[in-house]
Amino acid sequence: MPARALLAISFAALLWNCALPVSRNLEERQPPAKSAFDPALVRRGAELAAVGDCAGCHTRQGSAPFAGGVPLRTPFGTIYGTNITPEPETGLGRWTQADFDRAMREGLAPDGRHLYPAFPYPYFRHLTDEDLRALYAFVMTRDPVRSPPPRNDLAFPFNIRPLVAGWNQLYLGKDDVPRDAAKGTEWNRGAYLVHGLGHCGACHSPRTALGAEKRGEALSGGEAEDWYAPALNRASPSPLAWTKEDLVTYLRTGIAEHHAIAAGPMQTVIAQLSGASEADLAAIAGYIVSMMDGAGARPLGAMPEAPQDERTAMGRRIYEETCASCHDSGRTLSSGGALQLPLAVALHDPDPRSLIHLILEGVQPPPGEPGRSMPGYAGALTKEQVVALLAYLRTLAAEAPPWKDLDPAVERAGAGR
Amino acid sequence: MITLKVNGREVSVDADPATPLLYVLRDHLKLNGAKFGCGLGQCGACTVMLDSEAVFSCVVPVSAVGKRAVKTVEGLGTPENPGPLQQAFIEEQAAQCGYCIAGMIMRAQALLERSPSPTEDDIRAALAPNLCRCGTHMRILRAVKRASDKGSA
Repeated sequence: MPARALLAISFAALLWNCALPVSRNLEERQPPAKSAFDPALVRRGAELAAVGDCAGCHTRQGSAPFAGGVPLRTPFGTIYGTNITPEPETGLGRWTQADFDRAMREGLAPDGRHLYPAFPYPYFRHLTDEDLRALYAFVMTRDPVRSPPPRNDLAFPFNIRPLVAGWNQLYLGKDDVPRDAAKGTEWNRGAYLVHGLGHCGACHSPRTALGAEKRGEALSGGEAEDWYAPALNRASPSPLAWTKEDLVTYLRTGIAEHHAIAAGPMQTVIAQLSGASEADLAAIAGYIVSMMDGAGARPLGAMPEAPQDERTAMGRRIYEETCASCHDSGRTLSSGGALQLPLAVALHDPDPRSLIHLILEGVQPPPGEPGRSMPGYAGALTKEQVVALLAYLRTLAAEAPPWKDLDPAVERAGAGR
Repeated sequence: MITLKVNGREVSVDADPATPLLYVLRDHLKLNGAKFGCGLGQCGACTVMLDSEAVFSCVVPVSAVGKRAVKTVEGLGTPENPGPLQQAFIEEQAAQCGYCIAGMIMRAQALLERSPSPTEDDIRAALAPNLCRCGTHMRILRAVKRASDKGSA
């Protein structure tokens, strides 16, 4: 049904589309010289590109920066990040500032083609002219790399680009960045970065069947690559309220002593955020903490002793014999080094996906980056043991309602490895 | 008593179920190839195989092993008749102090069993969890390459 509605709206949008302006003389243009850009503006652009995590989709591990080719797996198929280096044939070399602004705000390429909303223009449309100028200066001063993007692999009808016009009619521009003059400049800057350039909602908000952010539910929890992306508002699952200081540290280092270590898709976000400015990180953290509004202030006891049934008893044994050697302070001399377990946010998520990934795959810092490491237990524990451990951690350690269907969830995650 | 299958042999050990597999291998079964390094699954010196997977035996309780087959470096060959991967490590002289090598070999063995012709990137990624402090990494990589299909071709 959504696909049919989309088709109808798209048809109307297509007619309107014909009137869209197309950038002139594209083929004849030459990329601007690097020296044409103010170095201070380029530096500012680098800090903003870190907030926007451009590299997350446009820099492939081990390849030239921003030359594209990163596969983004969506429910509609695989889309590849494009080459955004200033190379004229395969990158953005012929784009003017106006072309760049239009792509960022309206999702249109200079030739009038629609970009897929996997590129977060629904968020970037909020960007100020000033920030777009800095980002353009940054992008156009990268080393040009000739690298055509791989072909997208999308299912019908999502492989028909003009249909995006219909999507835009349905969803684009229906949200606004929260503003509140009474809350001060930093809070408003934070709201702008979270809902705009940072596109936090791309993962941390629930989405419609067509992949748009559900209206009115911004930041109330979403998903990315089969990980649960925790709610960043009152629904925050953390058992301990986040402070602004803890969140700044987390965003900069990936480590929040009393909450979590960045893992899964958040790792690449954090790797980029270390390049963001102090002021922007403080603004983001301050805004998110204010959205959480003290969520999570609930008491947590020590890890409980009494098992409820045979499965949780097995889970408790596994916990004591594997997890506790790092995650349970006081058991041994070295057992206080890691995040103390009842606090780990993943135990309190509404679904077990992230915790399953953490247990099976562990946490390894990205290649060549410093960071903490946790061994994965995929080979060490059987599926039955992982399920028992999950049940124990969830119901007895986190004292939260049991997760349903743990067996198929573990099966699925194990198969995807 | 806990029954285990180690290097193709059924053995029974009298150990607390919480004992790490590594201690049972070293102390009860006198299989001293796998080493104690950090005890926290961070260094890889204790790596052995459980069925087809390389695991840190220091963080696997013996009670969790169940019916799965344990394979240690001793299971790959003898000093007189080293296995192909062990022979490759000897030929490349890949050990300096040797403390990490049993673990390196077992992680590489798991890799070669599931992927007999790994690329250098595959080998690097697979061995990343195992640390070597002497710095014989290049020789270790060559040894694994030598033992692979590509190395012998």
